[in-house]
Amino acid sequence: MNITLNGQTCWAKPGETVLNVARREGVNIPTLCHMSNFSPTGSCRICTVEVENGNSLVPSCAYPVYENMVVRTNSPRVRRARKTIIELLVANHPQDCLFCVRSGNCELQKLTQEYGVRTHRYQGERRRARIDIASPAIERDPEKCILCGRCVRICHESQQVGAIDFVHRGFKSSVAPALERSLNTVPCIDCGQCVVNCPVGALTEKSHQKQVWEAINNTDMLVVAQVAPAIRVALGEEFGTDDGAVVTGKTVSALRRIGFDRVFDTNFSADLTIIEEATELMHRLEKGGPTPMLTSCSPGWVKYLEHYYPDLLNNLSSCKSPHEMQGALLKTYYAKKIGVDPSQIYVVSVMPCTAKKYEAQRPELGGEYPDVDAVITTRELARMIRAAGIDFHKLPNQGFDDPLGESTGAGAIFGAAGGVMEAAIRTAHYYLTGGTDMKSLTFSPMRGLEGVKQAEVTIGEQTLRVAAVSGLTNVKALLDDIRAGISPFHFIEVMACPGGCVNGGGQPQPATPEKLLKRTESIYQIDRESPRRNSHRNESVQQLYTEFLGEPGSHCAHELLHTHYVERDEF
Amino acid sequence: MSNREKLLEIDRHNKRNIMQTQDNTQRIFRTYPSGDASCLIDMLQEVQEHFGYLPDLEMQKVARHVDIPVSRVYGVATFYNQFRFQPLGKFVIKVCRGTACHVKGSFSILTTLESELGIKAGQTTKDLLFTIETVACIGACSIAPVIAVNDEFHGGLTTKSLQKLLKSWQRQCTESEVSDECV
Ligand code: SF4
Ligand code: SF4
Ligand code: SF4
Ligand code: FES
Repeated sequence: MNITLNGQTCWAKPGETVLNVARREGVNIPTLCHMSNFSPTGSCRICTVEVENGNSLVPSCAYPVYENMVVRTNSPRVRRARKTIIELLVANHPQDCLFCVRSGNCELQKLTQEYGVRTHRYQGERRRARIDIASPAIERDPEKCILCGRCVRICHESQQVGAIDFVHRGFKSSVAPALERSLNTVPCIDCGQCVVNCPVGALTEKSHQKQVWEAINNTDMLVVAQVAPAIRVALGEEFGTDDGAVVTGKTVSALRRIGFDRVFDTNFSADLTIIEEATELMHRLEKGGPTPMLTSCSPGWVKYLEHYYPDLLNNLSSCKSPHEMQGALLKTYYAKKIGVDPSQIYVVSVMPCTAKKYEAQRPELGGEYPDVDAVITTRELARMIRAAGIDFHKLPNQGFDDPLGESTGAGAIFGAAGGVMEAAIRTAHYYLTGGTDMKSLTFSPMRGLEGVKQAEVTIGEQTLRVAAVSGLTNVKALLDDIRAGISPFHFIEVMACPGGCVNGGGQPQPATPEKLLKRTESIYQIDRESPRRNSHRNESVQQLYTEFLGEPGSHCAHELLHTHYVERDEF
Repeated sequence: MSNREKLLEIDRHNKRNIMQTQDNTQRIFRTYPSGDASCLIDMLQEVQEHFGYLPDLEMQKVARHVDIPVSRVYGVATFYNQFRFQPLGKFVIKVCRGTACHVKGSFSILTTLESELGIKAGQTTKDLLFTIETVACIGACSIAPVIAVNDEFHGGLTTKSLQKLLKSWQRQCTESEVSDECV
């Protein structure tokens, strides 16, 4: 069908929204409550447009097109209406931009600029609320909240946690954790999906920048950074590169210029995780269970299982997540190798994830010293780069330090949902066939952005049924099957965040489907271009086993690289 | 009934409630099918009827029963004015905020009460003696500004006379505690 959009005739699919058509046609309409892939709520009204005929203002994100519709998206009346909405939001807002972590990347601030809000047109009582900083991963400043509801929807509909919701109504309404408690006392899994979807500075990660700068400035400390697979395809966005640009070399040199003494690659221990996890899987298959084995590299997912399905904790792989393995090795293997006391090593993980902040302070992850001392998100690293006065675009490309800097394409794809499974299958093939690599390493059933991917692979005499799930809403049915004893699977990968780490809670804001797609493509490009694409071919990992750990799954490996879990209350 | 008798009556009522609590909630949960969120409001109403308010623990039980997150149960409950989240005090003070009372200064009556008792409208003092509530109009405009205390009206109030009233209630409470101990 045809509609007239700002005087131009354009084609539209029956049933699609005005906003959709406008975006396709390159017409910008501001949105706040709208989320692609979710049904519209039409609550903020900033996307208002004028429809001739009814002569009315309608929310374009929720309004379907009809034949010969005449729409104006930028008439004086529309702009006036939008400006009023912005002015009302501003009137009930702290207007703290000078001190706000979101300044410069805030959707409300951007709107005030685009609509020329230059005066306080409305003045009145402002909502007051206390900030909530008790969670180890996420901080809330409810006064900055504009009640768009994006965090609530992602937490309920995509994560099926529902730790937060709207409370009260009218002037008093706000978004709060259950019973208006602090976020750390409700079963929030710290995934940060709420943070990465918040348009303003109401939700942020708990910053570790201060500790990290202190460690860097302390000359007695050997400060070591490790970089997760999903950072290198997202950090550039903070500095205006194309979505998903691969900036591995610049990331490494930026970390060195900031003052890190060593820069290692978490992809190294991703390879290591595959060796340990594949060994554990072989072992479970021989012993007859418990299967399906569930991956354990996503700490938000682990916390979810501990809260909501504690009876299935035995199905969870005992492997620590890769950055925790790396931390444990840095303070043992590496410390010994270079003759530095582990008390003088400070490990900083650069992660796309807020749950890793919570994970790092789990008491069981570490011996005398915590495996990982601080976790900074992609966003925090970008802030540190700016604070250090570094021009990101002029940085040279540099490589990681050895030996915990070598990695294969299999480690790289940990960053995308399905990647752990694909990497594991490559190595399982090697083990099950007694030493041959897969002919074609690309395992396409595990690629793509679907929430649940499943496949059957026959390797030698074994037939493995595997699945990869991301976004916790998708995992419930599979877990209920395991509970009922009817799960057909041997091995299931679970990532808390929809799309995996590339879309993690610590990534550049805001999260969009386009960014997710581009970053995912880049992850697979890194794999494709790697000289080695099998975890068991990582020579530094092999060396680690011969020099230090012994066999995969050995006693020493168990001491350092594996962990246990705890049952937590559902509420 | 004198005020004192009323107080004793409330005490007895509360004790009865506490004793029956266990049975009552079990009955509520039996009445409603589990996993059916459409019963949420009905269940909350029944829970409130038995406790006089919605205790946190009961909201958690309701959430589990109808299989939705606690945050949503709490969100729904706080949306409606009919639900309370603290037990009622012995003295439930309803401050009329209707137009006539407003003109006659009911706002300062409310703020005086709030500052004297150290709580906000909708809350109950820690010692469970006083609850402040606001109502739109209680239909006694001729004696504005007016408050209703356990459904007994006090009109033509000034901040002075209000303070006097508060003192007398506080006195009654200490007396009734003494008499309780004697029983
Ligand atoms: S949330 Fe946005 S508008 Fe509000 S203070 Fe922060 S930067 Fe400014
Ligand atoms: S961190 Fe995740 S679980 Fe916690 S409130 Fe945010 S979206 Fe929900
Ligand atoms: S906290 Fe952020 S995402 Fe959540 S409702 Fe408020 S503004 Fe929206
Ligand atoms: S974006 Fe359309 S109503 Fe909020």
